[in-house]
Amino acid sequence: MTVHVAYFAILREERGCSGETIETTEATALGLYNALRGTHGFSLPADRLKVVINEEFQPWDHALSDGDAVVFIPPVAGG
Amino acid sequence: MFSISAVPIDPSIHHAALREPAAGACVTFEGWVRNRNEGRAVVSLEYEGYDAVAVKEGERILAEARERFAIAGAVCIHRTGHLRLGDMAVWVGVSAGHRGAAFDACRYIIDETKLRLPIWKKEHYEDGDSEWINCQAVPTAIARPVTLPG
Repeated sequence: MTVHVAYFAILREERGCSGETIETTEATALGLYNALRGTHGFSLPADRLKVVINEEFQPWDHALSDGDAVVFIPPVAGG
Repeated sequence: MFSISAVPIDPSIHHAALREPAAGACVTFEGWVRNRNEGRAVVSLEYEGYDAVAVKEGERILAEARERFAIAGAVCIHRTGHLRLGDMAVWVGVSAGHRGAAFDACRYIIDETKLRLPIWKKEHYEDGDSEWINCQAVPTAIARPVTLPG
């Protein structure tokens, strides 16, 4: 399936771009992050992040669907 | 109303939106860029937001505040972009019949905003270094060497 991944903040800098479209066989958001971390060397483990799929927060075991917009959320620091 | 602003926040515009005949109290909070964090001299910072989700989550926080506290109006604006010392990073305004609910709701909104909004802060330090706050691979308390007295 194809998913659209957007990167923000530290992940954007570590990946060197703000988003990409990826072909993946990973079934869950967690599997996708761990695969991408393995490829790109993201410094933060999944347990420090949250995940948003199609603009809603979801659990890490959320099943991916073709065309999903996936955003991994590093620790926030607003305010 | 919650919004993200890439330009300086003008509280006077949003203040007017809080006015209601039944409101006898108004509490506002301004978050400013401070010159030190964790002992390091800060010269400027950048806020980056996932705007679509930040607005959704911000509206949820305001709705929760309306459910929990007897308030009339609530507004929160968060800046993104490059900010200098003293710039306003966030503005919260709450109006209510009485001051108790206005103080409580204002506190609730800023606390939840800091915890939940997908907004990130990169601090630039006097020594030229910079850092995404809360994003160290090893939590700060462990990464920083502890200096024992004596």
